[in-house]
This record gives sequence, structure tokens and C-alpha cells, in this order.
Amino acid sequence: MNPRRKNRLAVVLSIGILIAGAVGLMLFALTDSIDLFYTPSQIVDGREGKKPEIGQRLRIGGMVVPGSVQRDKDSLEVSFDLVDTGPAVRVRYAGILPDLFREGQGIVATGTLVDNRIIDAQEVLAKHDEEYMPPELAEQMKGIKHVKPANMGSRNDS
Amino acid sequence: MWKWLHPYAQPKRAYQLCTTLTPWFWTAAVMCLALGTIWGLAFAPQDYQQGDSFRIIYIHVPSAMLSMSSYVAMAMAALVGIIWQWRTAYMTMIAIAPIGATMTFIALITGAAWGKPMWGAWWVWDARLTSELILLFLYFGVIALYSAFEDKQQAGKAAGVMALVGVVNIPIIHFSVEWWNTLHQGSTITKLDKPSIATDMLWPLLINLLGFGLFIAAVTTMRLRNEIIRREIHRPWVQSLVEQKEQDHAV
Repeated sequence: MNPRRKNRLAVVLSIGILIAGAVGLMLFALTDSIDLFYTPSQIVDGREGKKPEIGQRLRIGGMVVPGSVQRDKDSLEVSFDLVDTGPAVRVRYAGILPDLFREGQGIVATGTLVDNRIIDAQEVLAKHDEEYMPPELAEQMKGIKHVKPANMGSRNDS
Repeated sequence: MWKWLHPYAQPKRAYQLCTTLTPWFWTAAVMCLALGTIWGLAFAPQDYQQGDSFRIIYIHVPSAMLSMSSYVAMAMAALVGIIWQWRTAYMTMIAIAPIGATMTFIALITGAAWGKPMWGAWWVWDARLTSELILLFLYFGVIALYSAFEDKQQAGKAAGVMALVGVVNIPIIHFSVEWWNTLHQGSTITKLDKPSIATDMLWPLLINLLGFGLFIAAVTTMRLRNEIIRREIHRPWVQSLVEQKEQDHAV
């Protein structure tokens, strides 16, 4: 490689490294804002020493605790517990839940913190994992048959 | 080591290479896409959670992955253009850009169409979705910058710098689902572990991935040919090529 090309390569590389470093630091500093949601334990115990305040609008993401789903018979109101590794947080919601909503399913809900451990949600989204397999295999491997909670109303899908 | 590549820096040789490769790329692309898509959409088993809706993966994942690979390819062309100052490098860069942008767009649209039935939302501002949207804007930026200059060598330089700077976004897209918590799920196949997808479902996906790649290659070679002709229009070899074509048609 002739010296002029070598020079240009060095300049381009060093600018590239500088930019990558700058962007990296920026993203690292912004981690809090980039994270889509709080986990239940972050809401109860705080994230990096800062607890979300009551009345704050936030998103929460966690697993639906099996057996915790309560449906109102006459309306669309529903409430359930979300949990990750620590304590659970109750989510109250009035509206249609996504198809994937099941006990044990990952859920992301947007709402207001009304109490230390209660959130009134305006939107409930289902998060699914990166595993794809046919139903028979899922039953064999995980011993789970994914069915919706019995009182959720039925839709005839498999 | 790379000496064998040097003749192809010449527009004429590059043009000839593209002419030879284009039909092969098209044939292979059509075969792979037909096989992968039909297999994936009609014969692969349903997913245990998502039923038939998961089948959009056969369009979404290849387009998303190749939107990123195309960007890297484009940036490499830009790097060669800047350091070795090959005219054909910038032509390649601008040949890839709109295809990459289209792939990004397809990934975003199919992702939204998948997100609505599964997550319950067309769009969420999580790290993966946002960084992929930024990728689309980076492509637009490269195309716009290139079109803004009258002198195409100058245009190539400016757009090339932009393409190179944008490369930072590629690892961000890939690792966004690991570095931050997002609604988008983690990687299924582009990880060191065994892919977390059943084999019957994986094969059509891999075939479609190859098909998308070949499709991009086919369109790139076609666009590169056009770009070379447009830029070299006053050169003798293009003139004689045109005369040749005219004679063929006259007969």
C-alpha cells in the first residue's frame, strides 16, 4: 500500500474509532431512557437507587403470575400480577388484551403508578420470546400446553 | 493478495462481470425465494404460541438481516472508494443504497404487521425498532447526499463519509435487544448458541435468507451496470457498445 493510501486509511480508522467511542458513551449515559420498561422489582426497590414516584407514567415489563388473573364478569376490567425475580406488582386494565396474553407470558404495560405496587394501565402489550417450535414439540420439551386462562373467553385457535 | 481484484476496478471490466453474473443471480434468487417462501408459508409447521402469524418471519427476518448486511457492504464500498479512490467503488455504493433502503422498509412494515396481532401494537419506540428506523434514515441520507452533487466523484466522497459514519448503528441494532430491555425478542439464529427454532421451521428461513441475498446481488449488479453506463457515457467503449446494440437490433 502506498503512503498516501496508508495515510487515508489511518485517518478514516481514527475518525471511525472516535465516533464509535462517542456514540458508545452517549448510549451508555442514556441507558435509563432507552430501556423500554421498568421491571417489577425496579418499581418496588428502585432502579439505581431511584424509585419511580407515585403518579408517574411508566411502562412495566414482567411475567404474568399464574393464577393471578382476575376478570370482571360484566366489564372488560382485568387485573393481574407481574413479576420478575423479586416482588410482584399488580396491574389493573380495562380493555381488550392481546391474543398472546396468557399466564406465564411476558407482558409490557403502560400506565400510571397509583400505589407503590399498583399500576393502572392504559395499554397492555404481549412480549414473546425468540423460540419457535411446533405445538407437539413444545408439549414434549417443556411439558407445557399453552392455553389461555379459562375465564378469558374463547377463540377457537390451536 | 488482492491484486486479482484490481482489473475489476476498471469500469469496463466491472460492467462485463456484472453482465455475466446477473442472470445467474436471478435464476438462483427466484429458485430460492420460490422454494423458501412456499415451504415456509404453506408447509412449515405452526408455532406453538403464535400459530400461523409467525410465518411472517420468512419475510421479516431475511429482509431485516440483509438490510444490515447491505449497509455493511455499502460502507465497505465507500471505504474502498475513499482509500483506493476507485471510481467503481462509489458506483457500487450508490447501486446498493436504494436496495438496502427497500429491505429496511420491508423489515419495518412486516415487523409492524407482525407486531399488531402478536404484541398488540403496530409500533413501539423500543431500542430495536428505533435503531432500525434510524438505519432507514441513514440510507436516505446517503442517497440524498449523493443526488445533491452535480459532480458524481465529489458526491461519492460525501455520501461515502456518511455511509461510513453510519456503520456505528449496525452493532447497535444487533445488540439492542441485549443491551437494553425491549419489547422485541432476542436473536433466534444470529447467535453463538444453537438456533432456538425447530429444524422444520429453520430450513425455509435459511433458504429464504439466501434467496433475499441473491435477489439483492441480482438487483445490485443490474443497477451497477446502469450506473457505469451513465457515468461512462462519453467513453469509446460505451459508444462502441451502443453501436453494437444498434446493429443487433437493426438486423
